[in-house]
Amino acid sequence: MSKILIQNGQIIDPANQLDCLGSVAVAEGKIIAVITAPADFTPDLVIDATGHVICPGFIDLSTRLREPGQSRKATFNSEINAAASAGITAMCLQPDTHPVIDNPAVVELIKGLGEQCAYENIYPIAALTYKLAGQELSAMLGLKQADCIAVSNANQPVQNLLVLRRAMEYAASHDLLLMFRPQDLSLSNQGCVHEGAISTRYGLPGIPEAAETIALAQCLELTELTGCRVHFSQLSGWRSIIKIQQAKKYGLKVSADVAMHQLHLTEDDIEPFNSAYHVIPPFRSQKDREALRDALSKGIIEAICSDHQPHDLDAKLGAFPETAPGISALETLLPLMLKLVNEGVCSLSQGIAALTQKPAAIIRQPKGSLSIGACADICVFDPTATWQVTAQNWRSQGKNTPYWGQTLTGKVAHTLQSGEIIFSTTHNIRANRRLLSRNLNHA
Amino acid sequence: MTKNIQLNAEGKLKHFLTIDGLSRPLLTEILDTAESFAAMAGNQVKKVPLLRGKTIVNVFFENSTRTRTTFELAATRLSADVLNMNIATSSTSKGESLLDTIRNLEAMHVDMFVVRHSLSGAAHFMAQNTAPHISVINAGDGQHAHPTQAMLDMFTIRQHKPDLTDLRVAIIGDILHSRVARSQIFALTTLGVKEVRVIAPRTLLPAKVETLGVTVCHDLQAGLQDIDVIITLRLQKERMTSALLPSESEYYKCFGLTQAKLKLAKPDAIVMHPGPINRGVEIDSSVADGPQSVILQQVSNGIAVRMAVLSMAMQNSGEAR
Repeated sequence: MSKILIQNGQIIDPANQLDCLGSVAVAEGKIIAVITAPADFTPDLVIDATGHVICPGFIDLSTRLREPGQSRKATFNSEINAAASAGITAMCLQPDTHPVIDNPAVVELIKGLGEQCAYENIYPIAALTYKLAGQELSAMLGLKQADCIAVSNANQPVQNLLVLRRAMEYAASHDLLLMFRPQDLSLSNQGCVHEGAISTRYGLPGIPEAAETIALAQCLELTELTGCRVHFSQLSGWRSIIKIQQAKKYGLKVSADVAMHQLHLTEDDIEPFNSAYHVIPPFRSQKDREALRDALSKGIIEAICSDHQPHDLDAKLGAFPETAPGISALETLLPLMLKLVNEGVCSLSQGIAALTQKPAAIIRQPKGSLSIGACADICVFDPTATWQVTAQNWRSQGKNTPYWGQTLTGKVAHTLQSGEIIFSTTHNIRANRRLLSRNLNHA
Repeated sequence: MTKNIQLNAEGKLKHFLTIDGLSRPLLTEILDTAESFAAMAGNQVKKVPLLRGKTIVNVFFENSTRTRTTFELAATRLSADVLNMNIATSSTSKGESLLDTIRNLEAMHVDMFVVRHSLSGAAHFMAQNTAPHISVINAGDGQHAHPTQAMLDMFTIRQHKPDLTDLRVAIIGDILHSRVARSQIFALTTLGVKEVRVIAPRTLLPAKVETLGVTVCHDLQAGLQDIDVIITLRLQKERMTSALLPSESEYYKCFGLTQAKLKLAKPDAIVMHPGPINRGVEIDSSVADGPQSVILQQVSNGIAVRMAVLSMAMQNSGEAR
């Protein structure tokens, strides 16, 4: 393992309340010095970070790499490439793969896929119920022992509250975190956009906010009843924020995240019948977006996830309601965070914390900081570089983003994972030949 | 809408997908063109050679009688060749995608699609994914739009009440699920009527319906005051099974248009219905067949209005092959 010195950058490490100019020294895969490198440090490689920000690698709380089972949409190879180029050094994988992550064998398969791509920090989320069917419990303990970091029923709500209660009790007995995306299926009623002026104008089936808040309220009651640790994922409505705030005031151990695109886009941004904007939960009103932004700045919502859902072209070709929901979102994560900073929603340090320190705390992993001795998962980015979202600059196999064709600001220059360069615009990558060839093709 | 995909570079109608976003002069042009075709209906020879050599395909993913036959008649009277495809019972049930259907029809060298589909946005999707010389006419997509129906309704209203800006129009019934109502609302507000009033129980009104520029009323008796034009909508049976309404009889009692209720509107009010009618549910037979009803004129006018739309779109489809 090589010794790397990243120098002359603006170091931002919210976990250690650092925001200063300096260097980060890496050896044996660990961070050995921050701000000033030891006098006797003899790096094998020096990365000049002048004009760049040095921060912990990003941790994504909700990602889909589509393998196993849906490699026509994306593969570990394509998405890990995308993640590395986006400064993401850890990803929590949703269990709705084919087969579902409901037994340790699937976890082993997933770990193997990660190893083949020389990417560490793949954190599988176990299914809460067998086959995500919402009826029988998954083998949660076995899944935890196989290194799943949480349980979740992904996008398939557990409709029977008795099953949900028992699943939460069982998860609580093994101190497992439940990641819960609140959605009441009957109220969602096969909707595809926010219920409001836009759904009415275009005759598209709408999803009321209550579809989210009712499920959220039910789960909060069960949190109280069962003592389960719960993290609420991808919130979209302003009244959800009020409920989370109240629950926290009341002492419930809950946390929450929001998908990055929900902090930017609203129903008014939807180009008529453009399936790139088809996402669940749907883009809601201005009021909802402002409440989500406010909640982020006040820490009511701790973390931001990408909610990355790459799709093949066919999945998005059709009449809007029949297209698959979801956005390919790894590569827009950093630029959209910087956009929040530019628009005064949060400070750069807060924005970075929502992608590093906070998610690490939620999943209780010793990650997301530049602490001495910590694993050297580092992102070095240029906060002013612009790039256009085009096929040439895009690595994810899923091209389904509403930002296609747009020019964004903020570009990752180097990504280190456990002290190895897994992405660099200027240096060769040692970790893996496949990644190397891929990255050189893009350079 | 950043750019209206319905219009060509000169701002002329190329596709006809929705009334939303079209200008008053354009809607008036459609009505005026339709007028010239309507005058022909009494002629011995009803055909004109405007679309000779052109092929129009009626692509119906959903069943229809009135709309499809009047489109067919309109195309025939313009001397086009017409092909009817009922896909409701063919390829999509075999798993063929909308895009594949379009590609196959394109390969048959057609000039225009008239499309009906059960999903909102299907006609937009076809217009965006078809060869540039092909025009797409929306014959009803999901709950989104049914623009030719709305235009034939405007045509019928104009026949009876030439100054639309002086009118109060009531639309009664299932606005929520109605593509007809949406297109009517856009047409009426664009043409500058004094008021569009939607009358229905809350379960049959879409969220924030007032953002469409209408006033809302939940009581038929009160809602018919000062009304010049009454449009009743068809009530689908499945609205009862999906808990939107208690029963047909209760609906009839509250929102069914009877002779007695009709008297609450202006004495010269006209009664319209896009069909097919549920007699004794949304409208009483004596009203549907009564002197104020213009329901059958709507059907006749459908041919002239569709001739107007087909000929205008074909003219503006650009790149002739």
